[in-house]
Amino acid sequence: MSDVVLQNIVKTYNNGHVKAVNDVSFSVEHGELFGLIGPDGAGKTSIFRMLTTLLPPDSGVASVMGFDITKDYWEIRQRVGYMPGKFSLYQDLTVEENLTFFATVFKTTIQENYDLIKDIYEQIKPFSKRPAGKLSGGMKQKLALCCALIHKPEVLFLDEPTTGVDVVSRKEFWEMLKRLKAQGITILVSTPYMDEASMCDRIALIQKGNIMSIDTPQNIIDSFPFQLYATKAKNIYRLLTDFRSDNAVNSCYAFGEFLHLTLHDEQRGESVIQELVAKYKPEDFEIKRIAPTIEDSFIRLMKENETVGEAHG
Amino acid sequence: MDNTFKDKAIVCKSLTKQFGDFKAVDQITFDVEQGEIFGFLGANGAGKTTAMRILCGLSHPTSGEATVAGYNVYKEAEKIKANIGYMSQKFSLYENLTVYENIEFYGGVYGLSRPEIKQRSEAMLNRLGLAAEAKKMVGELPLGWKQKLAFSVAVLHRPKIVFLDEPTGGVDPITRRQFWDLIYEAAADGITVFVTTHYMDEAEYCKRISVMVDGRVEALDSPGNLKKQFNTDSMDEVFLQLARRAKRS
Repeated sequence: MSDVVLQNIVKTYNNGHVKAVNDVSFSVEHGELFGLIGPDGAGKTSIFRMLTTLLPPDSGVASVMGFDITKDYWEIRQRVGYMPGKFSLYQDLTVEENLTFFATVFKTTIQENYDLIKDIYEQIKPFSKRPAGKLSGGMKQKLALCCALIHKPEVLFLDEPTTGVDVVSRKEFWEMLKRLKAQGITILVSTPYMDEASMCDRIALIQKGNIMSIDTPQNIIDSFPFQLYATKAKNIYRLLTDFRSDNAVNSCYAFGEFLHLTLHDEQRGESVIQELVAKYKPEDFEIKRIAPTIEDSFIRLMKENETVGEAHG
Repeated sequence: MDNTFKDKAIVCKSLTKQFGDFKAVDQITFDVEQGEIFGFLGANGAGKTTAMRILCGLSHPTSGEATVAGYNVYKEAEKIKANIGYMSQKFSLYENLTVYENIEFYGGVYGLSRPEIKQRSEAMLNRLGLAAEAKKMVGELPLGWKQKLAFSVAVLHRPKIVFLDEPTGGVDPITRRQFWDLIYEAAADGITVFVTTHYMDEAEYCKRISVMVDGRVEALDSPGNLKKQFNTDSMDEVFLQLARRAKRS
């Protein structure tokens, strides 16, 4: 059986007015690094809180390590580690005191499972006497991860561990997760940063409580149904507004230094592009075929879902 | 200060802010042109927030010089405040006031007359597609709309410069791009945009960017030139190479 299973989970707030999680089903296999990728308000935190038994679902069933999230909450709490999105350690306790506290609560000691956190803890050890509230963002995040690991959990839930953290710390954090995965811990992690998706074995793209796609990052990229182009010109903002207003263009949006472009008539791709150039005469025009990213897939799926929603609504 | 400062939106010369022995901002020197979109990057703890607080007239520097919209940060902080707009990721509108009440409130604070507020808010709500929501509580709006509204409110009094502190954190990829459309429009209207972000693709939307490391500005150029300088085709890599030089934590 899978380590984590959700079947038709629904969660609403405000007497049903706000649908946070809408009929969500997926499972996470043993030893898998699984990512929930989506913006704020997608329902990621509600899913984490339900799986860690802190919030009951309205309907649907879910289990962690074979235990039911509503009936067997006590069993689950012993077996999982949870790092909430909001920093939730004791700010006025020192680094060491926080870690000792969490070890004691789970009836263990820092020494007993030190192997598991050694790599991470050594980086913050020089600050072990500093109050947790006085640590930098990256340090806080490392301490929180140590505290979530100190009782050697079988499943680790990490809710947006890299939000608001700079690129360097983000990169280090994902390297730590890979090492934990190598030790057989099942990891469920959420993030609003689409570029982190490629670090996961499988991902679910989630938006407004709905899962839009679940697969390996590569399969999601491969299933992008259009030829994608990257293009730029001297005046990129003008190129964007010109292309976007043109009927031959399916989609056009900014992406780093380029615009990403898809066309309606894919067969005539090259000649459509020549016609566009002839029409708008962009200066220093460049264009190339590129492979899509997860963010391109997310944008396409969001647009598709909106169109479906409009047609029904 | 010499006259070349007059046509710049922001000028900093050896600007320093020290807390005890700790130099949060360490002799930074740069300037921002009028109407420019300027990206202000740096790792956590590099000193961005401290520098931004000085430039917004909220904190006095320890030493160095700086002018914002032509006003001196030591002596004319109140004039700076009246001539800038500010918006942060931490949402700055009142959740339990309606959309229109928020506009009225901020318009009033910045000294706009009632007819001005009425006329500008109508134009703004139409442009944002929010006209039907004017009487809704801001707390009921989705995050993406709140952010777009907060930005539009921050430029309602037509400031010379708008400071944006991680304005798109946690926002979905489509809304994030719509937000940048608003930034481009504001810049095209002549408003100088000073923006921080953790999204490296957004750094590419800026005309120039600076990268702070340990309180100093370690690099400053157009995204294209920085990539050339660091011999890479990704801004991520430029940032990583610079941020790894950091010694303090």
